[in-house]
Amino acid sequence: MNPILTSHDLCLWYGQTQALKNISLDIPERSITALIGPSGCGKSTFLKTLNRMNDLIPGVKITGEVRYRGEDIYAPGQDVSALRREVGMVFQKPNPFPMSIYDNVAYGPRTHRVKGRAKLDEIVEQALRGAAIWDEVKDRLRKNALGLSGGQQQRLCIARALAVEPKVLLMDEPTSALDPISTSRVEELALELKERYTIVIVTHNMQQALRISDRTAFFLLGELVEAGATEDVFSQPRDKRTEDYITGRFG
Amino acid sequence: MKGRVLERAVHGAFLALGLVTVGCVLLITVYLIVSGLPAIREIGLWEFLFGDTWASTAAEPKFGILPFLLTSVYGMAGAMVIGVPVGFFTAVYLSKAAPKPVKTVVEHMVSLLAGIPSVVYGLVGMLVLVPWVRSTFHVPDGAGLLVAILVLAVMILPSIIKVSVTALEAVPREYEDGSLALGATAAETWFRVSVPAAKSGIAAAVVLGVGRAIGEATAVMMVAGNAPNLPGLFQSVRFLTTAIVSEMAYSGGLQRQALFSIALVLYLFILLINATLNFFLKRDKEG
Amino acid sequence: MRKAKDALRMGAMGLSTLFTCTLAVALMGYVLAKGLPQLSWALLTTAPSYLEDTVGILPDILNTLYLILTAVVIVLPLGVGAAVYLNEYATNKKLVSVIEYAAETLSGIPSIIYGLVGMLVFSNLLGSCLLAGALTLVVMNLPTILRTTQESLKTVPQSYREGAFGLGAGKWRVIRTVVLPGCVDGVVTGCILSVGRMLGETAALLYTAGFAHTLNGFFSGMSSSGATLSVALYVYAKEPGPGRQEAAFAIAAILLLLTLGIDLAAVLVKRQFQRRHL
Repeated sequence: MNPILTSHDLCLWYGQTQALKNISLDIPERSITALIGPSGCGKSTFLKTLNRMNDLIPGVKITGEVRYRGEDIYAPGQDVSALRREVGMVFQKPNPFPMSIYDNVAYGPRTHRVKGRAKLDEIVEQALRGAAIWDEVKDRLRKNALGLSGGQQQRLCIARALAVEPKVLLMDEPTSALDPISTSRVEELALELKERYTIVIVTHNMQQALRISDRTAFFLLGELVEAGATEDVFSQPRDKRTEDYITGRFG
Repeated sequence: MKGRVLERAVHGAFLALGLVTVGCVLLITVYLIVSGLPAIREIGLWEFLFGDTWASTAAEPKFGILPFLLTSVYGMAGAMVIGVPVGFFTAVYLSKAAPKPVKTVVEHMVSLLAGIPSVVYGLVGMLVLVPWVRSTFHVPDGAGLLVAILVLAVMILPSIIKVSVTALEAVPREYEDGSLALGATAAETWFRVSVPAAKSGIAAAVVLGVGRAIGEATAVMMVAGNAPNLPGLFQSVRFLTTAIVSEMAYSGGLQRQALFSIALVLYLFILLINATLNFFLKRDKEG
Repeated sequence: MRKAKDALRMGAMGLSTLFTCTLAVALMGYVLAKGLPQLSWALLTTAPSYLEDTVGILPDILNTLYLILTAVVIVLPLGVGAAVYLNEYATNKKLVSVIEYAAETLSGIPSIIYGLVGMLVFSNLLGSCLLAGALTLVVMNLPTILRTTQESLKTVPQSYREGAFGLGAGKWRVIRTVVLPGCVDGVVTGCILSVGRMLGETAALLYTAGFAHTLNGFFSGMSSSGATLSVALYVYAKEPGPGRQEAAFAIAAILLLLTLGIDLAAVLVKRQFQRRHL
């Protein structure tokens, strides 16, 4: 399989503290890659370097490179907006905008200058169907999105991300704020989505990584300890620290 | 690419809007210094600040602003003597003792007092307090320092109450619980624990009141009588602010320049008060 | 001993609060009682005439409206823009504290100083006219709008911004579509506070906007000298003559009613937006 995203020797500092140390990782297309590790290990930070969301935090310095389809996304003159259109993101806490369900999903397409009522209607429906929430909201598209339940809000956020037709979807602990039923719906959705998208998911939940991911990368103290096929990482970890973590000896 | 140019332009525009504020302060400062210094230079700083006679239209004009300076200071001090205790105790009551509905009603009244325009205070002072002082104390004219003090005391009340209430309400509940658990009564707790814990905020409230009292012009203009006398409780007096207002309309030459110099002195006073206020506010924030 | 001290404290608190309340009620009552009976259709709808020696406050009402409208229209973009810069763009901490310090300084400057500098700057440029007065009020109210907007911007959740950035929106689009709609309550509150202050302002207007009572349309009004209600009150209160004091009280009553209205509006806006945030 071809890697769609690759990082090479990536380091990141928040001011004086180094949060990522020489991370090199390939992310294959149309698969689910899970990033696991204890809190503060750098997995979320790493995820955010993949669509430059760390740009928003003052005092962040990055060395090394991240390539999307072979192009260095940190090269000067790169269009961040275009990158984020290709590499979308779903956040830990559902964060719909305080607007209607329709406007939430249409926000991305409108941002990227999609015009015309019919066209937008179609995109919104497709995205909501894609996120398996169409049937629940089709009769109240004009209602405020903040009225949805937490699980629905998260799937709406996924729909919102899908509406700009990204190639990669970054998910930062997308189910950590959800109840078990909503969680399993989001997991099923992720499995369906990987037919068409590349998914990178940060999770605290070992079972979740095992259930849905094809590949797993284990982070510890800003280092990438081990990465490989999920089965291998979980059944025969090469590194002692990985073994300790997945068997629950720390974390 | 087009997008990036737009972003730069928008960023620049917002930066410019942010700098308008700084520009205004600089403009005010520069204008006051430029127009205020010449008269001081001509009259002499000492003569100007500590001369006890203001006779701007006399054949041999004198420009001593000591009467105004002292009046402003006395007027402010008098207003504080009345306004601070009343405001302070009201604030403690509102923030700690008042039942919710009472608190809501009283707070509305306080913000109403804050919203009443100074001309209205002036009008009521002029038509109620001035005659009252005249008949009670048997003075020929009631307009003077005493009425000005009373009016100012009322005018600074709302800001003292509001800022103190905010400070007192920010005192963590645990402090008070700790004191109550040791057997202190509620009132003891408020005054021995809550008030000391909120002291920076309350100090800020007082300083804010000082600023208001020093800076008020309209209401004072209507009740203080406006003769450039050295201050006395029943004397007709001029404050720094009203000295500017009362002669601005018909002044010219050195007299006009001297009025700008008074404004400069007033401005320096206010800057000093602001700096003090900031000091207390910052300390309040740091806890 | 302890009991006596407690009683003393409680007594001081009760008396002070009672005093404050009595004051508010008595002031309102007195002004309304003296002023409301003076309100007449003729007073509200005519201009004063020195020939017939009648007083009318229609020009003052219109001047107040023109002045406030103009000042608000100018101060809004300035104040909101500055707040957006401080909260969304500024990365240089020193610059932020300089701007914030400047705003605090502005809000502490007494109105007579604004009046004086307004006269030196705006009236020298434009003559003594409502526009000069409006510009003076703009500078005075800049910190109010800035502060309320800034406070409101701080309550817009960071996750909204992240969500929008994550979809590839540029900074300006994020601000326009997600951030600004979230701070409407602060802007509205700032407007209400400012309108209240402008309504009651006299010292800053005496030598900038002037005190004529001529009936004018909007554009001719902005370019000629004119008294607002508060300035007219000040002038009438000090001017001897029939009907002057009555007019002063009538205006005072109007100002009080407007103050009440503004207070109410502020409360309603607060409640409205609190509900929406839930």
